Amino acid sequence: MAEASAAQAPASDRSDAIAGGRPPPLVAALARDPKVVIAGGFILLLIVTALAAPLLAPRDPLEQNLLLATVPPAGFADAEPGHVLGTDGLGRDVLSRLIFGARVSLTVAFVAAGLAALIGTTLGLLAGYRGGVIDTLISRLVDIWMAFPPVLLSILLVAVLGPGIHSVIAAIVVIDWTRFCRVVRAETMAQARMDYVVAARTLGFSRDAVLFREILPNVAPVLIALVTLEMGIAVVVEAILSFVGLSVSSDIPTWGGMIAEGRQTVHQAWWMLAAPLAALFATVVAFNQLGDGLARTLDPVMRR
Amino acid sequence: MSLAIIVNRAVMAILTLAGVAIVVFVLLRVVPGDPVSMMISPGASPADIAALKAHYGLDAPLATQFWIWLEGAVTGDFGVSISLHRDVMDVLFNRLPATIELAVLALIVALVIGGSIAVAGTLFRRTVAEAAIDGLNSILLAVPDFIWALALVLVFAVALPILPLTGRIDPALAEGFATRFYLAESVLTGRVAVASDILAHMAMPTLALALPLAAVIVRLLKQSLKEAMVQDYVLLARIKGFSELRLVVREALRNALGPTLALTGVQFTFLVGGTVIVERIFSYPGIGNLAIDAVINRDFPLIQGLVLMFGLIFILINVAVDAGVAALNPRLTHG
Repeated sequence: MAEASAAQAPASDRSDAIAGGRPPPLVAALARDPKVVIAGGFILLLIVTALAAPLLAPRDPLEQNLLLATVPPAGFADAEPGHVLGTDGLGRDVLSRLIFGARVSLTVAFVAAGLAALIGTTLGLLAGYRGGVIDTLISRLVDIWMAFPPVLLSILLVAVLGPGIHSVIAAIVVIDWTRFCRVVRAETMAQARMDYVVAARTLGFSRDAVLFREILPNVAPVLIALVTLEMGIAVVVEAILSFVGLSVSSDIPTWGGMIAEGRQTVHQAWWMLAAPLAALFATVVAFNQLGDGLARTLDPVMRR
Repeated sequence: MSLAIIVNRAVMAILTLAGVAIVVFVLLRVVPGDPVSMMISPGASPADIAALKAHYGLDAPLATQFWIWLEGAVTGDFGVSISLHRDVMDVLFNRLPATIELAVLALIVALVIGGSIAVAGTLFRRTVAEAAIDGLNSILLAVPDFIWALALVLVFAVALPILPLTGRIDPALAEGFATRFYLAESVLTGRVAVASDILAHMAMPTLALALPLAAVIVRLLKQSLKEAMVQDYVLLARIKGFSELRLVVREALRNALGPTLALTGVQFTFLVGGTVIVERIFSYPGIGNLAIDAVINRDFPLIQGLVLMFGLIFILINVAVDAGVAALNPRLTHG
């Protein structure tokens, strides 16, 4: 009930706009959603920060200074100028480590979510468009895969592959490709029944041309929302594996690694835990809100 | 018909567990390198290596190896943990009760918190309070147990240090237990001081596990309650002059609970998965914490036992959910 009325509202918006002579471009529709603007702005800022880390970080994230160890953040007693977020147990600047830590988080987010989407989408398109034996095979594979608890699979994979960023990415891709496959398969089946697909076939386009040039662009909006949500998941998984020491080596700053150190010394230096935890929280919420907003804005527009 | 469904579910459960067993076997053996060098920690003695080779029959063909391994798995013989030098099954059963108590308590807390907020949101529907609940909940839905756990550490162990940070029980009190179900046993035997110490230790990990599930429950239950509130039977009760609270709790809730409970069952498997990292953060002595140690130490006999144990737990939860949903919904049993 609620879903149906929600889907109808944008439709009437759109027909009004068409009656006015100019349908609202997608970008304008997205720019009207405060969720998308704020969350998207934050992610963009984070990407720029990660790319420009050497320019933005006030210090070398690995530079130790035992004379200035566990200095509290600015505004607290005994704070030191130049260490806005304080220092850790080895006197390393927390802000600089946070800025460099964003690199690992975002790398994993983009690579893992991208690869999971690539594999899941390819199989989902095939299953949804070809149907028959291919669909049955792929769908059964997804069912069996999803019956396997993700925690077990990631434990096994990291145990077998050994610690490292490649294992983290592999674990995320191997576990989460099914999310993309299921949704893309359902979307593809819905699109394949539409008139424009039948028209394209009648015009003599090959099956592959129809699949990649006609159906894929129409599945893309759902896919983009799904990839964004997956990035939020990937950031948390990386942080968890860094926390337990199974991600990148300890001389590269990561939020999860900083959280682990902060957890050990939480009674002496709470900011060592609070700073990376706040960064992780903001990033996860931002990816999630952006994904939600994208799904809501892109979905009904493209379904017309 | 219902018997057919149950048989079907049981067969699927057994197939899934067999699938898990095969994946474990293949992953740990077909990976490049000698399986024994994979299974052994760097400091292992030649005696350990010889014992392992003999135990798994690693000179036999792969099919025979699988048969030997399966026989061990079915009879509960997973060998000896390399890092702990103890029987894997012993270690697992020693640790399992702590995780069961934590997961079940978290499930109850999630239902209570999620249920109360959903009812409150329904009572205050179309007000600022409902908008605040919805807005906050849409953010909280994104926050995983890992972040909750560490935020709770900052609040209740640092800013307002009122809860113990690590462990399951004050070691001085951990005496005289007949079982490993410390909380249940101390409650049932009326040892109030001991029970409250255990509850204080469990408070943070329990909340960390419960809050993500509570957020899911709030969203779904609130939606179901809103739909139920416009049904005829609620209208009838309203005409009879019952209070709004009674309408929501006694009339709407009873009918709205079904879908929420079904989803809660499915989400409970995620909660159990979350015990792995949450137990780690609070040094809670359950099988989740054990799993991380097992991976770090590359203790493959222990990992095999743990993975099958978790697999069995997940399957049991799914079977229980199916049975519960069928019992709650008479339409399914006559399908």
